[in-house]
Amino acid sequence: MSTHLEISQIAIEFPTPKGPFKALDNVSLKIEKGEFVSLIGHSGCGKSTVLNIVAGLYGATSGGVILDGKEIKAPGPERAVVFQNHSLLPWLTAYQNVELAVKQVFGGKKSKREMTEWIEHNLELVHMSHAKDKRPDEISGGMKQRVGIARALAMEPSVLLMDEPFGALDALTRAHLQDSLMDIQKTLNNTVIMITHDVDEAVLLSDRIVMMTNGPAATVGEILTVNLPRPRDRLALANDAQYVDYRTQVLTFLYEKQRKVEAIDQAKKNSKQQGKPTQQQAS
Amino acid sequence: MARLITLGVKQLKTVALQPLTKESLARWMKAILLPLIGSVIFLLLWHIGAARVNTSLGVFPGPVIVYQQWQGLVAEHQRERKKEQAFYERQEKRNAKKLAQDPNYVAKVRTYTGKPTFFDQIITSLYTVLAGFILASVIAIPVGIIIGLNKAVYSALNPIIQLFKPISPLAWLPLVTMVVSAVYVSKDPMFSKSFLTSMFTVTLCCMWPTLVNTAVGVATIDKDLLNVSKVLRLKWITHTVKIVIPSAIPMMFTGLRLSLGIAWMVLIAAEMLAQNPGLGKFVWDEFQNGSSNSLGRIMVAVLMIGFIGFVLDRIMLMLQRHVSWDKSVILR
Repeated sequence: MSTHLEISQIAIEFPTPKGPFKALDNVSLKIEKGEFVSLIGHSGCGKSTVLNIVAGLYGATSGGVILDGKEIKAPGPERAVVFQNHSLLPWLTAYQNVELAVKQVFGGKKSKREMTEWIEHNLELVHMSHAKDKRPDEISGGMKQRVGIARALAMEPSVLLMDEPFGALDALTRAHLQDSLMDIQKTLNNTVIMITHDVDEAVLLSDRIVMMTNGPAATVGEILTVNLPRPRDRLALANDAQYVDYRTQVLTFLYEKQRKVEAIDQAKKNSKQQGKPTQQQAS
Repeated sequence: MARLITLGVKQLKTVALQPLTKESLARWMKAILLPLIGSVIFLLLWHIGAARVNTSLGVFPGPVIVYQQWQGLVAEHQRERKKEQAFYERQEKRNAKKLAQDPNYVAKVRTYTGKPTFFDQIITSLYTVLAGFILASVIAIPVGIIIGLNKAVYSALNPIIQLFKPISPLAWLPLVTMVVSAVYVSKDPMFSKSFLTSMFTVTLCCMWPTLVNTAVGVATIDKDLLNVSKVLRLKWITHTVKIVIPSAIPMMFTGLRLSLGIAWMVLIAAEMLAQNPGLGKFVWDEFQNGSSNSLGRIMVAVLMIGFIGFVLDRIMLMLQRHVSWDKSVILR
């Protein structure tokens, strides 16, 4: 298989009053078509920044991203994003939210009837047909996130970017949506990059897990290939030795190899702001 | 208006029809009893206080006098309408008669030129304030959107907006009057000069809250929604129509309501000085007239001004409820 998406030695600096802050350095990653890749790391390590660069919302200071042989310079619907907090337009119904995307992407290419069918098909994929005429404030958080996913899928993206898509949801809803996502991915064979801070979610869903080191100048620490047969069943896997081993590897990276840096940072911070309550360890 | 009344009646019914429990009693208190008690105490204090204030035009009008003057104004209005009707009937008869004698006769139709009653003046005021308010909105909303979208334009215009915002209508009026007189020269004018002067003064004073609030509403769009727009590669016009304007609508309406309130306050002052035949002129004329009825009639006008201001605000609120997607916003 040829490389579908290549992230090549990207680095990014943000200007701050104290001078430039290097958030990412030398991040490289090759992703194949249909692959499901998770980015995991402590909060603040720049995993969202990587996603935003791939989306085109940020420009890398050096290095670049190449999709199907073309360099990415601006955002576009072929790299649809599922945002952390759904980002639906609150004045439009679920249907209209998907419609806005479909009209933009397929306007002129599909007939009105085809577009209607396509919108309904995508809402059906995420099991939201029954509430298609409801506005975001009339449906639950999980349902909003589903509509957000439907909107992204409806753009027929070559890469689906998901920024902690289930982070704001309760555990049961999250499990349910993870299962739906696995189903959809099996059907559509999308390339997916997902940001997560949930180890179980990463192991369950991914083909590869990219573990990132702590910032500043964060980069790719280790890459773990998850060789579990699909379809994966969360209950069966819970006691599967292989699964537990993958899980342990990720946890080891996060809490042994990368913890040290975090701990030193934390100690520095604490000595600076004495008396203030210590911040919680990032999850 | 009619909807307001039916709404009130509905509330009354739902409150009145429930069996008396502690909770329904509490609701009764809140919905009807407490406002009633407040009003009665106010009327009493007014009645007692007014009787103690003597002016050169007699005792300050209390509630009783004001009610009598109200009846007087209603009767005057009805008399005037009857006169008008009689005038037109006479004219029609006369023309019919002449036409019967001479088939080639071209009928002369003259409009009735009686003096405007209190209620005619209310209509004039409403007409003027709405014209001024709509003109202000037509200017303020697009400008607000532009300065909200573009930080450079905002920085350029902000000092000017801040400078013009606090200016009193009375300061604008002489200038507006002179400009209207100089510029609006026409043999057969469609609008009277006093109307235009009042309208432009209203516009100049009331456009600022809409402008500022629209700009703030546009500038504070959720960053995630902007990202959605970028990912979709929306054209700027689609971006503005589908994302910017809807998300600014709640703030826009806050501005529009403030503007309409200011417009109504400004109008009365403007009409007094510009002699536009509305409520402001009514107050001024009664003041100049100085009869024993004047203070009572002015008080009727004062209460009417308050009532109309209240109704205008409610109408805006209903419009906001109807148009705005954000039903969770506290509407008061």
